[in-house]
Amino acid sequence: MHTRYQPLLLRLLGNSRWIGYVLAISVLCILVPVLNLVVPDGNVLHVSNYIVSIGGKILCYAMVALAMDLIWGYTGILSLGHGLFFALGGYAFGMYLMRQVGLDGVSHSNLPDFMVFLDWKAYPWYWSGSEHFLLALLLVVLVPGTLALVFGWFAFRSRIKGVYFSIITQAMTYAFMLLFFRNETGFGGNNGFTDFKRILGIPIATPEMRMTLFVLSGLTLLAMLWMSRCIVESKFGRVLTAIRDAESRVMFSGYNPLHYKLAIWTLSAMMCGIAGALYVPQVGIINPSEMSTANSIEIAIWAAVGGRGTLIGPILGAAFVTGAKSWFTASFPEYWLYFLGLLFIIATLYLPQGMMGLGKKIKGKYA
Amino acid sequence: MTTIHDRTSINQGEGGDHLLQPGVLDTSHGVVLYLEDITVSFDGFRALNKLSFSVDVGELRCIIGPNGAGKTTMMDVITGKTRADSGTVFFGQTLDLSRMTEPQIAQAGIGRKFQKPTVFEQHTVFENLELAFKTDKRIWHSLFGKLKAEERDSIHEILATIALLDKASTRAGLLSHGQKQWLEIGMLLAQQPLLLLLDEPVAGMTDQETERTAELLNTLAGKHSIVVVEHDMDFVASIARKVTVLHEGSVLAEGDMNKVQNDEKVIEVYLGR
Repeated sequence: MHTRYQPLLLRLLGNSRWIGYVLAISVLCILVPVLNLVVPDGNVLHVSNYIVSIGGKILCYAMVALAMDLIWGYTGILSLGHGLFFALGGYAFGMYLMRQVGLDGVSHSNLPDFMVFLDWKAYPWYWSGSEHFLLALLLVVLVPGTLALVFGWFAFRSRIKGVYFSIITQAMTYAFMLLFFRNETGFGGNNGFTDFKRILGIPIATPEMRMTLFVLSGLTLLAMLWMSRCIVESKFGRVLTAIRDAESRVMFSGYNPLHYKLAIWTLSAMMCGIAGALYVPQVGIINPSEMSTANSIEIAIWAAVGGRGTLIGPILGAAFVTGAKSWFTASFPEYWLYFLGLLFIIATLYLPQGMMGLGKKIKGKYA
Repeated sequence: MTTIHDRTSINQGEGGDHLLQPGVLDTSHGVVLYLEDITVSFDGFRALNKLSFSVDVGELRCIIGPNGAGKTTMMDVITGKTRADSGTVFFGQTLDLSRMTEPQIAQAGIGRKFQKPTVFEQHTVFENLELAFKTDKRIWHSLFGKLKAEERDSIHEILATIALLDKASTRAGLLSHGQKQWLEIGMLLAQQPLLLLLDEPVAGMTDQETERTAELLNTLAGKHSIVVVEHDMDFVASIARKVTVLHEGSVLAEGDMNKVQNDEKVIEVYLGR
């Protein structure tokens, strides 16, 4: 990562590795749609809808893993509440999707079905404006961002650190899950939002729309990866790592860690919100179980397994763990959690730098 | 920093007749650090007990005292890490340190070296100095600011001063203990502070390294005001002009090394053992 004093050749090689990552994601964004839409079903090269839907999910998870790496890998703050920011982004966009259902719901009312069942006559105030697409996009980043800003301000100002911070974020997630489970909260209770019909008036359940969302997710991930790399390569990024390694020295060097932590924490939450908004139309449902503590812990596992503080590692970690999960839950559902636990133990004990560290070790052996 | 010194000399030339500006460092009376009646208690234990002393501009002061005398607590009070229960602590005549946060105090011009060398181990030596370097330390500047050529030159000068020029791109975590101590001193220099607080700067150093550190501090005195807390009496003798002895949270004796070493109270509690 520290390229400034390396010889030119090494710097170019270092960069070419990054060009490789970017190319890989770009090729995925082009190849998958072609193989899914153009290559006919039955051909060996055909990519099935099932694979596409898992791929789209992985791209969204990768954004969350990247956000986790910024706050945990680089700044040393373990959040067990990133599932909440993801879900809030999903709910913010889900409100728009519910508005787009229009009169096509089961009850053929202007209101979503769950409000009809509650015998509500009109949208509550906090649903106002949710029918506007651009406003929905804004809410997707503003809702998680504001919550993170307020929560972070109190937590970081009180100098809450380490495991205490992690526990509080987890408690916050749990509290929000209980809140969203209530029918009276006005977000569909335990069923959440589902049965979406269209985005911007265009039907949602078509192969073309699925591909559009898939490619959009890939491009968003690329943009986030580029932004994150700019951040960690800047002096701002070096201050973050310095906060992780010796916060008191940072303070006595004249930096206010509160501002730095708050900035990266809020940005990280916003990235999760965007990921959630892209996730919900692809899986077609959002409900409070997304806020369960297990989900947030799984995000931390993606980062740990992939390799903290590497940006690309957590992305690979998210892909690997999600891929493994899909395979396990289909083949041996009862063993999935054992495998996940084992993976976490192995990563913690033997691979402190995760898959990226393993890659480096293997490369070192044969170089 | 130079502007402050310039202003001091101009003020003195005019007969010291000037306006006091709150929030602006003013050392025109020749005092850079001023502590009066500082008391700090932890659970009933008085770490500092009505501690009073002052440090002049450009002075190199050594603080000695047995364990538990309150040396580190005193540094904590000056740098804002610990708040005093009572008493006043001023930087120059205008800056009330008890009302400032750690980063504000650092920006005002007080640099601190910890007892245990504290550097950014995952960063290179150069990056450590770059992070400490005196500049705008707010987020925006850190995100988009670029290191200027003259800043790069100053960092290289500091690298030469602390004899780590050939280690510029080495990770700080790989340095020896003595080298880390030096890097930390270099980081303080990069902050361009008016006052340096050094907590046991030669702990764990070889004799040769200790000697070179003494040389370094002697060249820095005059340009900066320096307060050194140290146990190594030979080292103190080689740098100190004035020594303050702390005991049970207050000043026991103060004066040059000879006077202090012959003070009966001092011999009793510290040197004689």
